[in-house]
Amino acid sequence: MSVLVFTENWDGRFKKSSFELVSYAVKTAAMLNTTATALSIGKVEESELKKLGNYGAAKIISIENDSLNILDNQAYTSAIAETASKEQSKVIILSNSNTGKALAPRLAARLKAGIGSGVSKLPLSTEPFTVYKRTYSGNAYAHQVIKSDVKILTLAQNSFELAETANNAVIEKGSASVDPSAIKTAVKDVQKQTGKILLTDAEVVVSGGRGMKSPDNWGPIEELASLLGAATACSRPVSDEGWRSHEEHTGQTGKIISPNLYIAVGISGATQHLAGISSSKYIVAINTDKDAPIFEAAQYGIIGDAMKVLPGLISAVKEMKK
Amino acid sequence: MKILVCISNVPDTTTKIKFLEGNTKLDTAGIQWVINPWDELSLTRALELKDDASAGVKGVTVAHVGGPASEPTIRKALAIGADDAIRINAEADDAYFVASQLAAAVKKENFDMILCGIESSDFNGSLVGGMLAELLGIPSVSAVSGIKIENGVPVLTREIDGGRETVTVPAPFVAIVQKGIAKEPRIAAMRGIMMARTKPIRVYEAEPCDKFTEIVSFEKPVARAACKFIDAENPKQLIELLQNEAKVI
Repeated sequence: MSVLVFTENWDGRFKKSSFELVSYAVKTAAMLNTTATALSIGKVEESELKKLGNYGAAKIISIENDSLNILDNQAYTSAIAETASKEQSKVIILSNSNTGKALAPRLAARLKAGIGSGVSKLPLSTEPFTVYKRTYSGNAYAHQVIKSDVKILTLAQNSFELAETANNAVIEKGSASVDPSAIKTAVKDVQKQTGKILLTDAEVVVSGGRGMKSPDNWGPIEELASLLGAATACSRPVSDEGWRSHEEHTGQTGKIISPNLYIAVGISGATQHLAGISSSKYIVAINTDKDAPIFEAAQYGIIGDAMKVLPGLISAVKEMKK
Repeated sequence: MKILVCISNVPDTTTKIKFLEGNTKLDTAGIQWVINPWDELSLTRALELKDDASAGVKGVTVAHVGGPASEPTIRKALAIGADDAIRINAEADDAYFVASQLAAAVKKENFDMILCGIESSDFNGSLVGGMLAELLGIPSVSAVSGIKIENGVPVLTREIDGGRETVTVPAPFVAIVQKGIAKEPRIAAMRGIMMARTKPIRVYEAEPCDKFTEIVSFEKPVARAACKFIDAENPKQLIELLQNEAKVI
């Protein structure tokens, strides 16, 4: 009756988000007087699987099946449902990532399981089972009761601290009765972005808006980002103008991110932009306009010209790193 | 090829969100209701495909779960260019309810491609599209940022972490779409608005459905501390605060 947690891997490696998810599942399981079992699908080495045990997973089930080498939503949903059934899991946890969003709702409909998606705290109570989730694009949080026998949760990214424990995990080979002919998704080609830090993974983000005045002024933003090990982002008008790639557009209809630190340079803070960054732990704003709405969302601010302020920040970071 | 676009009705982005009855119900006074932004972009893409004769799109239908008060939103979708609409007559409850009602209606008709926005701006669930596909027993592709039709075959662009894939699945299927699907939402022209008045809206009654979740209350986010301003002449101080106080660098 353990809590089942689906931990995605990327080319056989887990990320920080996988370990946060396990930490969350372990604490949720404790609330239910049970343990957490991690499920991995794909070719993942034992040394990598073992890492899930560092965050408290009691059992790690690894399914290696060539039919599951590409993400076919129906096949993955079946594999997870089959495992949940064998483990008699009453709670199944996934990340609210692209993959989690693809699989969790299918799983919920299949298992007739109530689902709380994008939860950002441990369940508020177990009787009734109540979760806390973001609604109205960050303008409110809901207390949602899940009444079904089996419950599914997807965890909002970067919302739970890692919790390391003693590693007592047992690793098991799992199986999925997936027929290769049942795989309906065909991948014709893949384009991978290499080298840069992924915006959705980044702990620190430096972002520029129309206040930067021209794409030629992005040098200092990139330099600051590089020094901080940060990803770069931008507001919608900037990507619409073609100054920066659409990959960088952060906002309601762009990427929704929750880094530890978001530095907004020359961004006014329109509602749609804030909807993309409101879950950031800290927001810093640099803007010439003291009345810019971004300052209402920011914890730290500098009223000033980005082109004058950024060089000062860059040298201060270089100093700090010495 | 027939395309169905599922649309939901949400408060306009600039609405000040407030609650009544001990924080259990949204205060709808003065709210401007709009088509959920992602659904609007999906509808725009569907219409772009229909405009392209080589794509072979015969019609674009919109479907919505909502009471009679939702009709203006449905008429907006028709004004933008949808050919007809389905309204399932029920107040939208949780995602499973909405998906179940949509599934029941879809089973009465025949669609090759069903488009759902990745999430609605009110509940941010990211659930209806996936649930609908599962209830219909058909494939789904999520994080879809592009749809083309090549020789009558839909070809989808799926976003993955750090990249994208070009994907095909056999019809009928559900595409759960997000940013990139269309550049900007299409706007209704005067002629469209007039024609919308006579386009058909089929109304189906709701079917009984299990209720697995319930929102019992809302809370407003904790007000964050007011912004601490650092002198523009002393940016070093900001770095010190980020390092020593916030501890994020």
